[in-house]
Amino acid sequence: MTPQSPETPHQPSFGHELPPEEPAAPSKGTIRVLQLYPRDMNIYGDWGNALVLAQRLRWHGYTPELLEYNVGDPFPADVDLIVGGGGQDSGQLVIQDDLLSRESTLKALADDGTPMLVICGLYQLFGKFFKTRLGSVIPGIGVLDVETHGTDERLIGNVTVSSPEFGSILGYENHSGQTTLGPGVEPLGTTAKGTGNNSADGQEGARYRNIVASYLHGSLLPKNPALADFLIRTAVERKYGSFTPGNPDDSYAVLAREHAARRPR
Amino acid sequence: MLYFSVPLGKLVRRVSRLRGGGSALPGLVVEKIDPGFMQRTLSALPLGVAVVSGTNGKTTTTKMVVELLESQGLKVFTNRTGSNFTRGVAAALLGEVDWRGRLDADVAILELDEAHAVHFVNKVPPRYSLLLNVLRDQLDRFGEIDKTAELLQHIASKTTGTVVLNREDPRVARIAATLDGPDVLYFGLDDSLLSTFPNDDDMRAAPGSPVPDAPARPAADVVLRRVGVDDASFEFDGATVTTPMLLRGVYNIFNAAAALTLARAVSAARGTGTDQPGLVAALSKVAPAFGRGESLVVDGLPLELVLVKNPSGFRLGLKSFPAAGYATMIAINDNYADGRDMSWLWDVEFDTLRDGGVDQLTGSRAYDMALRLQYDDVAIGAVDTEIAPALAAFIRGGQGKPKRIFCTYTAMLAIRRELSKITTVEVVS
Repeated sequence: MTPQSPETPHQPSFGHELPPEEPAAPSKGTIRVLQLYPRDMNIYGDWGNALVLAQRLRWHGYTPELLEYNVGDPFPADVDLIVGGGGQDSGQLVIQDDLLSRESTLKALADDGTPMLVICGLYQLFGKFFKTRLGSVIPGIGVLDVETHGTDERLIGNVTVSSPEFGSILGYENHSGQTTLGPGVEPLGTTAKGTGNNSADGQEGARYRNIVASYLHGSLLPKNPALADFLIRTAVERKYGSFTPGNPDDSYAVLAREHAARRPR
Repeated sequence: MLYFSVPLGKLVRRVSRLRGGGSALPGLVVEKIDPGFMQRTLSALPLGVAVVSGTNGKTTTTKMVVELLESQGLKVFTNRTGSNFTRGVAAALLGEVDWRGRLDADVAILELDEAHAVHFVNKVPPRYSLLLNVLRDQLDRFGEIDKTAELLQHIASKTTGTVVLNREDPRVARIAATLDGPDVLYFGLDDSLLSTFPNDDDMRAAPGSPVPDAPARPAADVVLRRVGVDDASFEFDGATVTTPMLLRGVYNIFNAAAALTLARAVSAARGTGTDQPGLVAALSKVAPAFGRGESLVVDGLPLELVLVKNPSGFRLGLKSFPAAGYATMIAINDNYADGRDMSWLWDVEFDTLRDGGVDQLTGSRAYDMALRLQYDDVAIGAVDTEIAPALAAFIRGGQGKPKRIFCTYTAMLAIRRELSKITTVEVVS
């Protein structure tokens, strides 16, 4: 462990960098975005979610501060928004104990209303447990009232979700764990194409407080700006009381959605 | 039945070629009526079979090994058409055997897709295998890269003679510890080049963070010491040799070290000595395979096709081919052979294209690419999901400039078809 004070900003690393900042109007405020375990839980381009949050914050006139939390790091203070991705089975094993040691911190942030996006592997570990095919139980941190069971069936392909809050959500799933929701959470939406949480109930993802949990990669946020802006708006309103949106140009996102929706499963 | 299988298979091959059909059908036919055909034919080769597998660079590496061994006077059978699965091998064999099913070759060098290689080695245990790398590629087919590493481990475990491993890819190097039968040889990189070739863990790791259980690096048979603009230095047998290279792209040059290692092992097995200067001369003349960094000429100016199919390949492509002075096009398809998941574009950084922008985007997921570039602040000229008009517009608009097209596999096929109408494109096979 490196002796860092919790206030030390963690620079975005592992080869990814934000584009240089352009001189613009004075910032409306700073939003601290924390990536959970980017070193071990970042597969299928989930970095794209962090990049989209940071860039859209700029386009809305705010200053993003991108932080990282990896195994053994001190947990940064004053986090406004949290994003976490999927991982290999091996990555999940690496972070498991560390995540459990942060259970109370993450639960407190969740219950306090901190907006979070957790994808795939971290969605599962934010739940109560993951029971493997062979019957061993990997405990989760129980922030979400969901449970996941490993299967031999891999659910792979393009997904379209119909969400009451966010309209249609497009992404790509690739998982063999199947998740069922308890009464403490709502589904993110129902699947119009693809499988989602499990092969039984046609639901995808979970919603609890300001947490959005989903199996969808793609990356998820670039083609779903409504979802990105929900997380941003929530973070800004919690910190500054109100959110004044900017005017991001989403014409490519609109066209990318149209074309993606027409592609085969 | 057995006596008729080869003539029948060859006949089906001719007919299916006349129809312009795929290369696998005749293989399927002969496999059905004579399941022992491939095993019987290949096991008769005096120097046996070598399998080349891994995520990136199979085709070019296989081409290099073949040309290196041919420089040593060996007759080599290979599956040159890119039919890198079992039926493709059977189909390629049918094209080469005489009507009685005999193959006039000393050794077979076969490029095999990781998943199909497992089936192949169960049928035909190879004498040699060369395992290049494990990277994120076509994840919707294999699920996870750890799974891909297991596939490669299986190939190694079925190898009877020598396994050649990439020392710098932890998932590949780790395979050595699981083997007790075959000999192991490594190809490796000079320390100064390690950062140029991120393996899948390095791509994720913070600078300076330790790579999980990195084993002590064993000695390598061939080490790539230096990559120049048009030459490279390799160390083997205790001496460093510098040679001009036609191949472009640092990843191709590293795979040249892989090819050298395998070719040296196969050649040594003859017991008649290896013509080292001949080997190096052959290496310097290897031209890139089908679409892997090849250069064509359009309107008297070079047009380069760079195949990109996974994040590390795209990163290395951007790094290997500086954008300055070039008109740039990117063509992203999401057909099955390309992989349907677009997530990988978000693991590539496009900042090197920021200065000149990208002139043209195309392919079924051109707008996903546009969105990706928007988030990296890269300017975009035009977007058209249809490849033919996009290519025409790109060539028209880029007059007076050399051109470069980064393209996924099926986009590359479409682009080559279009280009063949206006320029001479290298004919493969």
